[in-house]
Amino acid sequence: MNKVYAINGPVVKVKNATEFTIMEMVYVGKDRLLGEVISISEDFTVIQVYESTVGLKPGEEIIATGEPISVTLGPGILTNIFDGIQRPLNKIYEKEGSFIKAGTTVPALNQEKEWEVTFKVKKGDHVEFGQEFAYVEETSLIKHKLLVPNNISGEVKTVKSDGKYKIEDVIVKVEDKYGNLHELTMVQRWPIKKPRPIKDRLPLSIPLVTGQRVIDTLFPIAKGGTAGVPGGFGTGKTMMQHQIAKWCDADIIVYIGCGERGNEMTQTLDEFSELIDPKSNKPLIERTVLIANTSNMPVAAREASIYTGITIAEYYRDMGYHVAVMADSTSRWAEALREISGRLEEMPAEEGFPAYLPSRIAQFYERAGYTQTLNNNNGSVSIIGAISPQGADFSEPVTQNTKRFVRCFWALDKELAYARHYAAINWNLSYSEYINDLSKWYNKQVGVEFLDARQKFIKLLAEENKLMEIVKLIGKDVLPDYQKLTLEIARVIRVGYLQQNAFHKEDTFVPLDKQLKMMNLILYLQKEAKRVLKEGKAFSLLLKTNIFDKVIKVKYDIPNDQLVLFDNYYKMIDEALHAIK
Amino acid sequence: MDLQYIGLKEINGPLIFLENVKGISFEEMVEIKLDNGQTRHGRVVEINGDLVAILVFEGTHNLSLRNTTIKFSGHAMKIGMSENVLGRVFNGLGEPIDNLGHVFVSKYLDINGSALNPVARVYPRNYINTGVSSIDGLTTLIRGQKLPIFSGSGMPHNDLAVQIVQQAKLSDEKDEKFAIVFAAMGVTNDVANYFKKSFEEAGVLDKVAMYLNLADDPIIERILTPRCALTAAEYLAYEKDIHVLVVMTDMTAYCEALREFSSSKGEIPGRKGYPGYLYSDLASLFERAGIIKDSDGSVTQIPILSMPNDDITHPIPDLTGYITEGQIVLDRELHQKGIYPPIGVLPSLSRLMKDGIGSGYTRDDHQSLMNQLFASYARVMDARSLASVIGEDELSIVDKKYMNFGKYFEEYFISQGHKSRTITETLDLGWKLLSILPKQELDRTDEMILERFYDKEEAINYFNIKDKTIIKELKKEDN
Ligand SMILES: Nc1ncnc2c1ncn2[C@@H]1O[C@H](COP(=O)(O)OP(=O)(O)O)[C@@H](O)[C@H]1O
Ligand SMILES: [Mg+2]
Repeated sequence: MNKVYAINGPVVKVKNATEFTIMEMVYVGKDRLLGEVISISEDFTVIQVYESTVGLKPGEEIIATGEPISVTLGPGILTNIFDGIQRPLNKIYEKEGSFIKAGTTVPALNQEKEWEVTFKVKKGDHVEFGQEFAYVEETSLIKHKLLVPNNISGEVKTVKSDGKYKIEDVIVKVEDKYGNLHELTMVQRWPIKKPRPIKDRLPLSIPLVTGQRVIDTLFPIAKGGTAGVPGGFGTGKTMMQHQIAKWCDADIIVYIGCGERGNEMTQTLDEFSELIDPKSNKPLIERTVLIANTSNMPVAAREASIYTGITIAEYYRDMGYHVAVMADSTSRWAEALREISGRLEEMPAEEGFPAYLPSRIAQFYERAGYTQTLNNNNGSVSIIGAISPQGADFSEPVTQNTKRFVRCFWALDKELAYARHYAAINWNLSYSEYINDLSKWYNKQVGVEFLDARQKFIKLLAEENKLMEIVKLIGKDVLPDYQKLTLEIARVIRVGYLQQNAFHKEDTFVPLDKQLKMMNLILYLQKEAKRVLKEGKAFSLLLKTNIFDKVIKVKYDIPNDQLVLFDNYYKMIDEALHAIK
Repeated sequence: MDLQYIGLKEINGPLIFLENVKGISFEEMVEIKLDNGQTRHGRVVEINGDLVAILVFEGTHNLSLRNTTIKFSGHAMKIGMSENVLGRVFNGLGEPIDNLGHVFVSKYLDINGSALNPVARVYPRNYINTGVSSIDGLTTLIRGQKLPIFSGSGMPHNDLAVQIVQQAKLSDEKDEKFAIVFAAMGVTNDVANYFKKSFEEAGVLDKVAMYLNLADDPIIERILTPRCALTAAEYLAYEKDIHVLVVMTDMTAYCEALREFSSSKGEIPGRKGYPGYLYSDLASLFERAGIIKDSDGSVTQIPILSMPNDDITHPIPDLTGYITEGQIVLDRELHQKGIYPPIGVLPSLSRLMKDGIGSGYTRDDHQSLMNQLFASYARVMDARSLASVIGEDELSIVDKKYMNFGKYFEEYFISQGHKSRTITETLDLGWKLLSILPKQELDRTDEMILERFYDKEEAINYFNIKDKTIIKELKKEDN
């Protein structure tokens, strides 16, 4: 029998054990706490425990399972909320009440529920690993395709008839070429740290449309792409993730709350159950799964939560869906690595983080991508990871290492947040490397003017930035009129365009065609105002017309479904400028 | 279980080490008996085969390898709970120190608590009227929230906390049960007395449970103090359906105690010597706020911390801000100008207010007003920094108006002294202040709201503006 020898927080050691394997899942002690083998030497096998070790005693038994830490994949994942090791929090609440106890075991998915299964194969068919053999309507939005699991391929020997089954029921039997009979149910297990196989990686060419202007216009992310969102506390990381989770055009959302607030998960759960997706008219929760490992839950499970989430994402991708993963916050995961590493007395690299931090971050973001699945569908996993830099200092290791591996960087800014300019994305520090990959799509789907207008916006913001250097020293009054106009148009862009109110009914989500129309309107205002200045009229007179502020409020005043109203604004601009004597 | 061991292997800082120990569990509580009859308390913090490390809360002074007997309790630290803790005073270990004898116990509870299941939580939405404009108007406190005060030495954080406690209580119209749990960590006797006195003056002393670990009390015991206090709070809220307000001060002293413990254990230090797990440790305290489905009570936390050197990026305020649902930041400059309460509104934030304000809660214009006040006051800062370069006289007319607005905003809105304002008074005052800015500067607010609330004449009268040129300027851009 293998026994607990040493205990230090979540780290447990076993002496002189030989039969464990690295990354193996184990049960620790009489409460059967879930753990994972993280290092093995002749003297000690080291286990990190995903639950609280309070009360654990040396000498208690450790049971090997022979399996790496895995998730259960099957119908019933969507609309659910799990902890970091995929325990269903609803069921735990029903079973144990308000507080989570260590050693709770509840199956991840509902084993009693009967699902209406429709089969896609018949007796005698040849099936391959990853092929769809049946489906169930998991929610009113999502058809859950049941895929042949675990490298199995061969001939279908028996198939049940369409009808109601429980997830553990054997519904198909497949004989492989060696004559082994495999029983397929609706569930399969997959190790969370192992990426699920694909046929091919495809180039990224389609944006993940978020309805957030500053993202879609200035710093877009591709379907299958990656973005890092660093920001000090209160700068809007979580709100940004919520906004994207609510409004982006992915099919499935995997929302991972990693080491953050409990109330935020409660809020997400409540809100997503009530909010109706404008495209499908169904509650958003029907396409969402939440993974909640809040900051007061055991530290080691933070790491697991990230992998649990990404594995679930890959599973839906394999069905041919576009999945967006929100990870809030990856810094808490990195800190969990640091804490465990510290307890193992490993040699720390930068700021106490282990030397393998960069490679772990890289491996995580590399699981994003636009792919051809084993069954020849296209699916994607996009990852948006929040980063919580210590002291809001972006030079710290997690921010810097994430920057190396993501291709969108949305830097959130304290000053903007203080002035309640949300989304507080700093347009000077942020970037997207996808713009070239996506240009074809924008040109074709939104119009060739889109990227043009975008370029003009960027130029105006850069000019403003330069002018502000001067203004900070001598004030605005001394600038020539045409520069005052530049500043004013830049203000219209900042306040009227980049800034977006998540709590406003019309402004919370803005489709791309409205984004384009808003840009065009602002640029028209600039062009016309410039012309009026050229005619020798004073800038102060332009200001008096209030037309700039009218344009700023377009975001509130023109509803998303009444874009014809833009025409009135062109008239308004003409009239206002014309009236200047 | 009654395991007893005599003698120690090693003493190192607050830690003692024992050899040949069997059958004890991680984080088990122990009792340490000295030859002279003294008793101390400790907790198992590491087990390595038959060697265990024990953290001694009262300190290891006077301990020798020979003169001690260790008794293991068989369980993690628990304290006895009942509603009778109200009106009582305890030390940092949860033992009564008010000479009123033992507290009747109806339940023993693990002071570490357990993680609250997010599914069991109710998202907090009901605002607490504190009577303080900067809070009610701009960083609204919500029942069940954890909203710390970030302060610095010499600033009136205690006054503000007391004011919140007193006024919040008064505004509670419904006949709901409430209680206050007060945890003092490393503060002086004066501070603790100040709180006690003000609870007394408010006539609520019999509804207060105090857990005191004062400046001259054992430092390591500080690690337990907030845990005992929060155990009481959770018990009262979740088992007795009481609305509990927890005031904890000073969290900085708590963190320093944790640092001391960590370094004595030889752990690899993180930033400024604080342990890498400071975030998780603080979260295990702050997350013990909230409302749950299974009870009618709530736990609201107002932790107070002093920012070393007024530095908000110091690990203690930084990590706190990452966990709590906002922060109220006190500003030294306002304090020096004689403004009370000196709340620096720009870095202050209430994350829960967005769902607890507006029609049905406060008033429908609240959100707009708040956004606009923040945006306009942020502009004041720009104008001020420009003025410091080119001189106030050289500012543009608009910037001068912002300077003016900034002055009034601080003098009328932020600076309110100790009297209480209703939410209507606060919101109306906010609009009056905005009305001294040109209308087109109010670019965060939609037209309909401005129509209702923007009123220049009233502002001029209210602020009793006499200066002819200012009035002329104010009225000019109206048409
Ligand atoms: N897009 C937005 N619109 C309006 N308010 C916002 C927006 N983003 C953030 N906020 C405000 O900022 C607060 C903090 O945002 P949050 O996302 O929780 O920050 P972080 O996760 O970076 O700490 C929110 O509670 C909200 O009041
Ligand atoms: Mg957040």
